[in-house]
Amino acid sequence: MTVAPVVRIDAGRASPLRAVREIWHFRDLFLALGTRDLRLRYRQTFLGIAWVVLQPLAAAGIFAFVFGRIARVPTDGQPYVLFALAALIGWNFFSSVLTRASTSLVQNPQLVTRVYFPRLILPLAVIPAALVDLAVTVAAFAVIAFAQGHAPDARLIGFPVAVIMLGVLAAGAGFAAAALAVRYRDVQYLLPVAIQLALYASPVAYSSSAVPARWLAFYYANPLAAPLELMRWSLLGTPAPSLGALWFSVGAAVLLLIIGAAIFRGIERSFADEI
Amino acid sequence: MRSEAPAIRAEGLGKAYRIGQGPRATTLAERLVDAVRHPFGRGDGERFWALRDAAFEIPRGQAVGIIGRNGAGKSTLLKLLSRITTPTAGWAELRGRVGSLIEVGTGFHPELTGRENVFLNGAILGMRRHEVARRFDEIVEFAGISRFLDTPVKRYSSGMYMRLAFAVAAHLDAEILVVDEVLAVGDQEFQRKCLGKMGEVADTGRTVLFVSHSLHAISTLTSRTLVLDQGRIVFDGATADGLAFYRALQVAGAESPHAYAASSDRTGIHVRSARLVTSISDGVQRCGDPFSIEFELVIPEPVPQLCFSVHVADESERAINHFWIYGDGPEFRNTTGCFKVRIDVPKFRLVLGRYSLEVWLNNRATHQVFDRLINICPFEVTMDGLVRPDYDWRPEHMTYMEDYTWSIARE
Repeated sequence: MTVAPVVRIDAGRASPLRAVREIWHFRDLFLALGTRDLRLRYRQTFLGIAWVVLQPLAAAGIFAFVFGRIARVPTDGQPYVLFALAALIGWNFFSSVLTRASTSLVQNPQLVTRVYFPRLILPLAVIPAALVDLAVTVAAFAVIAFAQGHAPDARLIGFPVAVIMLGVLAAGAGFAAAALAVRYRDVQYLLPVAIQLALYASPVAYSSSAVPARWLAFYYANPLAAPLELMRWSLLGTPAPSLGALWFSVGAAVLLLIIGAAIFRGIERSFADEI
Repeated sequence: MRSEAPAIRAEGLGKAYRIGQGPRATTLAERLVDAVRHPFGRGDGERFWALRDAAFEIPRGQAVGIIGRNGAGKSTLLKLLSRITTPTAGWAELRGRVGSLIEVGTGFHPELTGRENVFLNGAILGMRRHEVARRFDEIVEFAGISRFLDTPVKRYSSGMYMRLAFAVAAHLDAEILVVDEVLAVGDQEFQRKCLGKMGEVADTGRTVLFVSHSLHAISTLTSRTLVLDQGRIVFDGATADGLAFYRALQVAGAESPHAYAASSDRTGIHVRSARLVTSISDGVQRCGDPFSIEFELVIPEPVPQLCFSVHVADESERAINHFWIYGDGPEFRNTTGCFKVRIDVPKFRLVLGRYSLEVWLNNRATHQVFDRLINICPFEVTMDGLVRPDYDWRPEHMTYMEDYTWSIARE
C-alpha cells in the first residue's frame, strides 16, 4: 500500500520547488486547457485558420504601405512585405501569449473559485494554442517566401531559439499581468497601450540598422529587439543581432520570468477572494 | 504505516475577510488614494471571521456531515480544506488525495462535446488523462448519455448536463471527498442515484465531508455531524444529535424573524433583501388568502441566462412550491442594476404548518450559483376560521388545499 501524501494547509507559502513539482503533477490539466483553446478556435475550421493568417498579413500590408511606400524605410535589401512578416510572426506570438495570459485568470472565475489546482497553469495554458497559431503563420510565410525565390538554410536553427526567448519573455510578463489584473482592473486598459508602444520600440516595421549607432546600446535594452532580429535573420538572412545583445535578452527573459512568477505567487493566495 | 493517523486534522483553522470602508481598491487610482489616506498600512480596521478556531479530527473512512445556517462558515470550511482559498490562522493536514466537488460541471464548456468535456473536467478535478480514459465507459454509463457523446453540451438538456457533470466527479479516485450541495440540482430520480453513489463512496473506506441543507441526505449518508454557527463549530458528534441541535438552533436564533437582509459588505450578484407580505400578521398567513414575497436583487454584471427561483419549503426543508423566472422574461436579464421583484400568489393554499423560503440566483447556462439562501423568512400558515372550524386541522392531513365543489346525484 502506498503511503498517502500529506497536504498541509496553513497561512504560509509553499517553496518554489514544491510549486514546480505541483505544476508538473497537473501537466494533464495544462494540456487539457491548451487543447480546449485550440478546439474552440479551430472548430469553425476554415475561418479559424484563415484569421490566424490574415491578421499578420493585414498588418504586414499596412506596414508595407506606411513604412515601405510612404516612409521608405530601408529593409536590408528584402521586399518589404516579407521583411515585415518575418518579424511579425515572432511579434504576434509574443503579443498573443502576453494578452491571453493576462486575462487567463479574470476570464475563468469559475475555475479559480470552485476548484484547486496550481494557478500558474492558467496563464501557461495559453501557450499551446499560440504555438499552433505560430506554426500556421510560419507555413503561410514559407509559401510567400518560396514564391519570392527564398530557400531556407542553416540559419533556420536560430528560429526555435528566437521563439523560446519570446515565449519566456511573454510568459514572465504574462504571469505578472494576469495576477495584477485580478487586483487592478486597469491592467486590461494599460496592457494594449504598452504592447502597441513595444511594437514601435522593436524592430518589426523597420530594421535596427535604421537606428543611429550611438542609440543602439540603448535600443537593445528592449529585450524583444534581439530575438526579433534573430528571427528575421534566421528566416531571411538579414543582419544578425550581436551576441552581446542576445545574451542580454536571454538574461532579461529569465529574470522577467522569475519576477513575474514571484508577483503571481505573491498575489495567488487571495485570487479566490478577490476575483 | 500508522493506520491511526486521521485523514483530516485541523487546529485553530480560521479565515478572516476585511470589512468596512466599502469594497477594497480595484483600480490603481483607488489604491493610490488609499495609500495617501493611510500612509502607515491599510486602514483596514475591522475583520470579519467567516470561520474561527475550527479544530477537529476525522478518521479515515468516516463520512461527516456539515450543517449550519446561511453564513455559518460551511462553505468557507470546504473552500479551505479543498485549498481554493487559504486560511488566515491555524492549519489543517489532509492525508490522501483530496477531491473537491464544490460545484459540479466546473469548467464545462458549452461548445465542446460531451466526450471532450469529460476529459477537460476530469483534468480540472485533478485526474490524470489515463485515469479518465480508464473510467470513461463507467462515467458515460452512469450518466446515461452515450448517444450524445459527440454532441456539444450546449445542446444537452439541463438534466443530461448535470448527469454527465456528476458522473465525472463521482468517478474521481480521491481518498478524501469534499462535497458541497451538488445534490441540490437535478430531478428526484437523479438525486436518488447520486445519493446512492455517495453512499457507495463512503462504504469503500473513503473519507467524505458533506455539506448539505438536505437534512435527509445528511442523516442517511453520515454518522457524524459538525454544526457550524457564526463561524464556529458549535456541535461535533453523532448525526442524530447534531440534527436535533441544529433544529433547536434554528428556533432560538431567529433574529429578524420574517425578513432577510444581506450583510452590507456583500458584493457580486446577490439577493439584498427578502420580505413576506402575510395576510394575518407579520409572519402569519391564513391558508387560502393572498400571499406575496418581495425581493431586492443586486446585479452588478449582466448575465444572459440569469435565473431567479424561490421555493417554499416545509419544516424538513422539502420544497413545496417553486416559483421561477429566467430566459427572455425578466427585466433583470442581461442588464445591471438593482431590481425589486415581487411574487403574488392570489390564493395561497398551503396547509397549516411552519414554512420558510429557499432562494436561488444562478446562471442557467453554466449552473454557476451566485446566491443561495436557505431557511430564510420563516412563517406560519394557520387555518383559523376556515371551513369546518370544529375540525382539528393537522399538518399531516394534506399538503395543500385545492378549491373544489362536490356534485352528487342519486341514480
